[in-house]
Amino acid sequence: MFPETGKAVVRVLERLGHTVEFPAGQTCCGQMHYNTGYQAEAMPLLERFVAQFKGAEAVVVPSSSCVAMMRDHYPKMALALKDRELQGQVNELLPKVFEFSEFLTKGLGLEDVGAYYPHRVTYHASCHGLRNLLLGDGPVRLLKAVRGIDLVELEGVEQCCGFGGTFAVKNADVSGAMLADKTTAVLKTKAEACTACDNSCLMHIQGALHRQKTGVRTVHLAEILAGEEGVQQ
Amino acid sequence: MSGTALDPKTAPTFPMAAKTAMGDTQLRKNVRHATDVIQAKRARVVGEMPDWQELREAGKQVRQHTMENLDFYLEEFEANCTRAGGVVHWARDAEEARRIIVELVKASGSEEVIKIKSMTTEEIQLNSALEAAGIHPFETDLAELIIQLGQDRPSHIVVPALHKNRHEIRAIFQREMNLPELGDQPHDLADAARMFLREKFLRVKTGVSGANFLIAETGGVCIVESEGNGRMCLTLPETLIMVAGIDKVIPRYQDLEVLLQLLPRSATGERMNPYTSIWTGVDAADGPRVFHVVLMDNARTEILADEEARQTLNCIRCAACQNACPVYRQTGGHAYGSVYAGPIGAILTPQLQEMHYAQSLPYASSLCGACYEVCPVKINIPEVLIHLRNKVVKQNTAGVAGFFDVEAGAMKAMAMIFRSERRFRAAQRMGRVAESPLVGKDGWIGWLPGLLGGWTQVRDLQEMPKETFRDWWERRGKNGN
Repeated sequence: MFPETGKAVVRVLERLGHTVEFPAGQTCCGQMHYNTGYQAEAMPLLERFVAQFKGAEAVVVPSSSCVAMMRDHYPKMALALKDRELQGQVNELLPKVFEFSEFLTKGLGLEDVGAYYPHRVTYHASCHGLRNLLLGDGPVRLLKAVRGIDLVELEGVEQCCGFGGTFAVKNADVSGAMLADKTTAVLKTKAEACTACDNSCLMHIQGALHRQKTGVRTVHLAEILAGEEGVQQ
Repeated sequence: MSGTALDPKTAPTFPMAAKTAMGDTQLRKNVRHATDVIQAKRARVVGEMPDWQELREAGKQVRQHTMENLDFYLEEFEANCTRAGGVVHWARDAEEARRIIVELVKASGSEEVIKIKSMTTEEIQLNSALEAAGIHPFETDLAELIIQLGQDRPSHIVVPALHKNRHEIRAIFQREMNLPELGDQPHDLADAARMFLREKFLRVKTGVSGANFLIAETGGVCIVESEGNGRMCLTLPETLIMVAGIDKVIPRYQDLEVLLQLLPRSATGERMNPYTSIWTGVDAADGPRVFHVVLMDNARTEILADEEARQTLNCIRCAACQNACPVYRQTGGHAYGSVYAGPIGAILTPQLQEMHYAQSLPYASSLCGACYEVCPVKINIPEVLIHLRNKVVKQNTAGVAGFFDVEAGAMKAMAMIFRSERRFRAAQRMGRVAESPLVGKDGWIGWLPGLLGGWTQVRDLQEMPKETFRDWWERRGKNGN
């Protein structure tokens, strides 16, 4: 859905001297199924994830909610499947799974990744990154180190944007009201773009910003960090 | 006197009720303001506790240990309370609890009762049962009095009239207390309530209360409150009838050290609540001569039996999760169709209904986790919500009906796509074809059909990319970067 984010992750990691691989058989972590109540349907996706990524030195995921799904639920799911081998593989793999900003700040100990992004930007702290992964100010530290950026704080930065997966369609009115609070805060910052560590929140926020014809964009954190001087952004 | 009760059996689904509630701008303003104020106070008094996280963990351990040994502690409480002169009754469900209480009130010889704020009595709709038996209940908690006089319903566990502002409260008092000249300053309203209630406190001989904690070790009971009306109800009547869910028990007196640090800070943002009453049985020289305790199950045993949902019973009813919840803050409490609203209500209510009603409540959350973050006993509400969603899906997809369930069909189809790389690639290609009639000139979709229509109510959707990441990656590999 968001190829630019994947490309940006590749660019940043390669710029930092890492070798990136993309296991072609990967699909979905199963979060939507699991969180909506379709646990049985999520089980094969856990097995698929493990099969695709086992043996990797580090698994970098540019979505905080997918990582939260894996960390919070995969061990429990493997236990429920009563598959000893799978349980072992999950326990071995999970410590190597990082959310993208987390990999940079906690995995590599970096703040400045040599990015240039000459725009006014505000950062939304996605709930799963904030409360499940405890990313703290990691993403903001990465943004502060970007050259040319005009970073402006978002009012109610820790408030949920109202996406919540199938919540957005099952409780469309409440979700829409939460979203309206978020876009109001975004517009107040006069930022050109709103960023986050999760494209699902951004898809939701961007959907309203576009509907309201605000001209404000959303952009994944990786795409900002991939920015380089002399390259059109 | 009571308005239409909040009954999960007859309540509309959450999305429907939420839509109605959100149409009331005054209500939304009141709820937003009140929850903002309480949250700020809570943050301040929690922030000054260096060991808050350790306290939360200790609170969780106390409650978890209690639930794992609930049978033992309940019997210990019964024995100690009885020894101290209390009379313990056991009620299997709401109906039995109501019947016992009505009989006890009648036996006390009173046709009126004064009541302390109690969500348990709201849960079992006790006031209607009392009224049907010719007994008049007087609510003495200020907020509950407002609710009762206004023929309204509680919308918050700790602050039941949170959805009303003081101008609305003044109007209710002017009308119901016949005080046309009443001012709208907080002290005017408090004075009016005091005058109205004082006479009841002195006249009515029977009190009805809930409980915050039942102490197994001593057979004692603890009630925390802000206004002092509780102290009146606990000391002035000749007969005191208490009803409590079996989840309210704690093992030791000493456990209050932890719980009484957690509860007021989480509930009202106070270091300590103004009135804490702890008493054991009866005393010939002081307080009620007759003390009854009705211990009520009402589906709590079923919750206890479900290992993944058991933590629901750890709740100490502080309502911090309601104040923090971005969904509750949009809708207020009535939309949940239950006296237990907000995140805790979303997990407790359907379970109290044994999953026969209120199945839309586990979905009344974006799973943002704000509730878990503030819970003083660390109930992982998002985890329980997901568990209950699974139960709802199992109900909906059981038997022939499941075959025709649109959502289940879509979910199964998507799971099938995600299980195969080939199907996943095909779906990405087909997605672009399928969406093409809906895509506007600027590459955005403004209308979606069926279940997805909720999305385009207030949002657009960007078309799928012409080149997927996967295609880019492969093209790049072939070209050697």
